[in-house]
Amino acid sequence: MLVNQVNMKKIKSPADLRKLKEDILFRMQGKESTSKEKVRIRVHSGTSGLASGAKSVLDFISTELEKRNIDADVFRTGDLGYSFAEPTIEVTRPGEEPVVFGNVDKLKADEIIERYVKNGELIDGILPLNYRTII
Amino acid sequence: MAQKKMQLLVCGGTGCSDLHGDVIPDNLRLELEANALENDIQVVKTGCFGLCSFGPIVKIMPDDVIYTHVTPDDAREIVEEHLIRGRKVERLLYKDPVTSKTLSASSDMSAYKKQLRIVLRNCGIIDPENIEEAIAHNAYEALARVLTGMTPEQVIKIVKDSGLRGRGGGGFPTGLKWEIARKNKSDEKYVVCNADEGDPGAFMDRSVLEGDPHAVLEAMAICGFCIEASNGLIYIRAEYPLAVARLKTAIAQAREYGLLGENIMGTGFNFDIDIRYGAGAFVCGEETALIHSMEGLRGEPSVKPPFPAESGFRGKPTNVNNVETFACLSPIILKGSDWFASIGTAKSKGTKVFALAGKINNVGLIEVPMGTTLREVVFEIGGGIRHGKKFKAAQTGGPSGGCLTEKHLDTPIDFDNLIAAGSMMGSGGLIVMDEDDCMVTVAKFFLEFTVEESCGKCSPCRIGNKRLHELLEHITKGKGTLADLDRLKNMSNVIKDTSLCGLGQSSPNPVLSTLDNFREEYEAHVTMKKCPAGKCRDLMEYFIISENCVGCTACARICPVNAITGERKEPHLINPEICIKCGACKEKCKFDAIIVR
Repeated sequence: MLVNQVNMKKIKSPADLRKLKEDILFRMQGKESTSKEKVRIRVHSGTSGLASGAKSVLDFISTELEKRNIDADVFRTGDLGYSFAEPTIEVTRPGEEPVVFGNVDKLKADEIIERYVKNGELIDGILPLNYRTII
Repeated sequence: MAQKKMQLLVCGGTGCSDLHGDVIPDNLRLELEANALENDIQVVKTGCFGLCSFGPIVKIMPDDVIYTHVTPDDAREIVEEHLIRGRKVERLLYKDPVTSKTLSASSDMSAYKKQLRIVLRNCGIIDPENIEEAIAHNAYEALARVLTGMTPEQVIKIVKDSGLRGRGGGGFPTGLKWEIARKNKSDEKYVVCNADEGDPGAFMDRSVLEGDPHAVLEAMAICGFCIEASNGLIYIRAEYPLAVARLKTAIAQAREYGLLGENIMGTGFNFDIDIRYGAGAFVCGEETALIHSMEGLRGEPSVKPPFPAESGFRGKPTNVNNVETFACLSPIILKGSDWFASIGTAKSKGTKVFALAGKINNVGLIEVPMGTTLREVVFEIGGGIRHGKKFKAAQTGGPSGGCLTEKHLDTPIDFDNLIAAGSMMGSGGLIVMDEDDCMVTVAKFFLEFTVEESCGKCSPCRIGNKRLHELLEHITKGKGTLADLDRLKNMSNVIKDTSLCGLGQSSPNPVLSTLDNFREEYEAHVTMKKCPAGKCRDLMEYFIISENCVGCTACARICPVNAITGERKEPHLINPEICIKCGACKEKCKFDAIIVR
């Protein structure tokens, strides 16, 4: 389910880089602007996350989404830094603010898919994001 | 079930839920049911908001209103006033401690979102194994700008003006370091990234490399352009397999996309990066030892000067920077030196990543602007001390640093203030200790680490630290005297003054700083032969209070060395000569008859 790299061509100038960036952004946003908008799920898989079971959560989510016929993108990222609540995952529903869930195991992941991914219903275990970022 | 119209987010962080447990969400649910609102409004328990000193917290979504110091009795008012009548409950709103104005929207609150992520900007956001995600998040844009419209001098000026200082511990101005490396002419120069993160409890560099490796690669290339180097080396410990794997993938992808290697982005600039592995020796975080280790020699430091900027890797001018320093770079180029210099304190600019560890609720990585106080870090972002215990000290700078105590809680954290407080920034490990920690034992723990990690090249460090450790061992065993405390201090100062490298020069810091801040605790160990925190086993005595003892014999049966005697239904006795102080009896006793004194 991880995003495949489509464009493998060499960047020959700064203009190339900017063009590529726009293409990638267009690809990402293009998905979001079509009628079939996708949910994005990030599984934080740094050393802390993996040590607490992020790998099995990632596998579970990937297979279950397919089984339950839910069209979503699953990404593997580094850790968010919330080591006290690992594994953590972030779910972004189209057009909504991302929501981070902590202490996710298969049971929790199941609940997140059924209640939040499908219906946007918030469930216990949300981690409020208490930081600002420069992006 | 359809999405509900409103949500009440109740903080379930340890700080808040310790106060009222689950009563607040339960009461809110009851009130909602009483008003037949349970189908429209949902109560959700969340993790820590990082507002523990204002807790318990209830946040109303989507109104974005935060209520502070909420008690279970406030549930009715919140439901009836806010949810039904649509009026904010003024008395529960957050009051700004400075202006004492009440604020409702969480976005207005200065206490909220104290963290600012510059270094960790992409960690947890992008897929580190997909360069396109990094590019979509502005990676290599700074390099493109540097290569096409700027001279090395201009870039160095920006870095100098930004006030960026080395994040590895020393705090040396990065721009100045680059300028020196640039001025030393040579046919070949090297850019080295120091990823030999060795402080106990520190893992910020690992997280950056695992979460956003391209940030480091790009910055190394920018540095290469400035000092006229075409080779970059990342020195990383082999104990970080995931970081190594992601770095390798990132380097391979960057080469494939023409962002590393020959003729980068068609500008004629060549720069490539290789990885060198360390075997996890703490001393190899010192730049000269690191360079020797990369050359295949023993990881021992050498005398400076010559500094690596004059004669480093293979005798060529070499610029060594830490992972976090490099990770600050591209935002500085893109947003300008003024922007970066506007964050932080007078002499320490930007942000610092800390790895919170020890007796703190929210263990993990945080990034705050320089000048944030220890109180904000520990009690707000960190969620306070575990199990509601009392804060005793925080160790910064790992085995090279010192401890900060209660009196330092309101000191803004930056390079200079930490040094003034007898500690140092170090790479950013922050270990929190509570009332149960014995400071002599803490000093001994760090000394143990340095004794283990001393490379043995110079005698003050090799022998001195060993002797220091023995003295501490003596004290914790109850064999110390008052004169030993002076001896500790003298020896520490000698080691500091005479050691060859930073490891030895800073290794006595934990001893000196605990001795300064907690002298009475040391004195209790040597004069009364007591450990006030109850940590030093040799100074403890298990004792049965005969009035409480019913003679159930449970303790006598669990004792592994048969130190407890007594008749059934008669008070028992512990023989201190035989007792090994394992504590099994105390755990077993149902009548609180066994105490430690």
